Amino acid sequence: MNFEWIQIPYSLLTLFIVINYGLLLNAFIAKIAARIGRRHGIHLFQNHIDLIKNYSLRTSITHGVMFYLGPVFRLGGGVGLLLFVPTLYGSEMFSNLSFSGDLILALYFVFFGALGMALGAGESGHPHAAIGVSRGLSQMTTAELPFALAVFSVSLQYQTLSITEIVSLQQGGFLNWTLFTNPLAVAAAMLSFLGSMMRPPFDVVLAPQEIPIGPPTEYHSSYLAMMQTNRTIFPIAKIVIYMNLFFGGAASWPVFFLKVFLIYMVSVFVGVVFPRFRVEQSIRWFLIYAVPLGILSILWV
Amino acid sequence: MMRELYKKTKQLFPLGDLTEQRHDLVFVSIPHPFLSSLLRHLRDKEGFSHLVLLTAVDWLERGEFQLTYLLCNRSKAWDMGVRVVLPREGATMESIHTLWPTAATYQRELKEMFGIDFPGSPGVNDDFILEGWDDIPPYRRDFDTLKFAEARFTQRPGRESLDPAQHMAKHHSDGS
Amino acid sequence: MKKELEKRTIKGPDGFEFEVDPLTDYYCDLPPTVQTPAYTRIIESFFNWARSESLWILGFGTGCGAIEMRPLMTPRFDAYRYGVQWRPTPRQANLFVISGYLSVKTLKRVIRSYEQMQSPKYVMGLGSCTINGGMYWDSYNTIKRLDDFLPVDLYVAGCMPRPEALLAGFQELKKIIRAGEGEGANEYAKRFEWYKKNQKRTIHDWDMPDYNW
Repeated sequence: MNFEWIQIPYSLLTLFIVINYGLLLNAFIAKIAARIGRRHGIHLFQNHIDLIKNYSLRTSITHGVMFYLGPVFRLGGGVGLLLFVPTLYGSEMFSNLSFSGDLILALYFVFFGALGMALGAGESGHPHAAIGVSRGLSQMTTAELPFALAVFSVSLQYQTLSITEIVSLQQGGFLNWTLFTNPLAVAAAMLSFLGSMMRPPFDVVLAPQEIPIGPPTEYHSSYLAMMQTNRTIFPIAKIVIYMNLFFGGAASWPVFFLKVFLIYMVSVFVGVVFPRFRVEQSIRWFLIYAVPLGILSILWV
Repeated sequence: MMRELYKKTKQLFPLGDLTEQRHDLVFVSIPHPFLSSLLRHLRDKEGFSHLVLLTAVDWLERGEFQLTYLLCNRSKAWDMGVRVVLPREGATMESIHTLWPTAATYQRELKEMFGIDFPGSPGVNDDFILEGWDDIPPYRRDFDTLKFAEARFTQRPGRESLDPAQHMAKHHSDGS
Repeated sequence: MKKELEKRTIKGPDGFEFEVDPLTDYYCDLPPTVQTPAYTRIIESFFNWARSESLWILGFGTGCGAIEMRPLMTPRFDAYRYGVQWRPTPRQANLFVISGYLSVKTLKRVIRSYEQMQSPKYVMGLGSCTINGGMYWDSYNTIKRLDDFLPVDLYVAGCMPRPEALLAGFQELKKIIRAGEGEGANEYAKRFEWYKKNQKRTIHDWDMPDYNW
């Protein structure tokens, strides 16, 4: 990995673009949902305003060191995931800090935030936080399992652990995409994708009606703002990985925006159609439908 | 019909007169020592399986509390109210939470609002909706709620009250 | 005083005995402090704009008026387009809508919830009952003046006000916040003794710390 100082401002630029895109994307999707219900829906910049509001609150309460670190870990997970993955293929500016083994690192970062969250929420002293966290973590673990299998399958297929190389091997027409060269892995990963986007039918762990919104119950002001920031970065970062591994990556920002939007809409559409699963139902669903697909894809390669 | 039920039951219990409110709603009265055996009979033998409500009336002038147990026969859609009268001083009544567990909540409320005791009823002495109440029970008619409110709460000055009858008469002066 | 709040000795799972005083061990009762507006005037007014455009209401229906808040989420009134949304926990909320009459029992919960909200925070009194008791002016169990107990930014009069009145109230509140006058939390901190005196005069079984967050 060749490190140059100029990569740091470039990465920050990526971060800036992704945060704004994510906030607008979320508002846009909320707007679509509102229009379906014949409402006007939130202002397009409402997410920006909420974020500023939460950062500008004057007081906040702490429950100890881990309570501080929870949101920091979570945001670290999201930012790390984004920065160690090339955002645009072939662009010097937006390849960020990617290096030859970044695929494995990305897998770590996917889980990193959730673990920090678990520790932080545990320290908040909320009696239901531990239940909420264990429910969330168990669902997430089973949801990530097919994705990990699909990643192994893809790295076996291309004989590399570098995301940049995987993208470069998919260039030259969309028939070279992993979507068509290894459909089983993509199918397994897309099922896992539904589970990790925290949208219905797999969002019961974050639902306000549940054990009051589970882990984030006690988080407020700037803690909550950090978690909101992560909630905008993390899905995009995750989609970037999917786009790079399975859908041929993106060579320019317009293509990037389009592909991220389309992949995001997959989970939105599924969420609009299906009602919520309970945690044990979703775990069973992942183990029965998604994991065998992942194993098959490895065998198929 | 319910009149037949009344005649039949009267042979077993010292019931008072029958008040027929509607064809499917009647009230009977009974001396209070016989109440729980009558309720048990109605529940087990006559199909009045549902305790709709238990409420009290304060007859201050007579020095009595009147309790009304309203029962429902679901299959026939009949309602029957059973009334008992208690002396107002040191009012105590037998608890019926063994017949209907829900009665415990009504009895807890009556204890708090009227001061009628139901020994043995679960949680009957716990606060229900008045926390830290230190006056006489507020639903007793000798409790002066306005005086209490003036003493306990500060009123905002400038409040006006209009008598509804006079107010409406003024605005509809054609007398309609 | 409730039994579970009394000082007592507890035997832990490891057989170790220790003394617990729930009122001081489980809660923090540090009194609130006045929070000065941050930085320069320009930044503060920018923040005030953001605060006014993002009103998060505590989802706590304290009286009958709570029924007027539900229609606001529906397509007909759609309060979300004004940046209003409901949060399930006091820590994430900024606006407390006291919806209608407030009984003494509820007042206790309202005070606890209000104190857990993060500054700056706003209180809106909905309906005549919060202003002068309304039709419950002679009731033995409802408070008559909300501003004796909490710093109120805005009243919406009526019995009950319609959802439109509530929406107009939100718009009024936004103007107040933008003008930098939504300083109820600081008001509460400044006159803390006075508010506590009023609260304790009405709530007779005071079994919580003086301040809890």
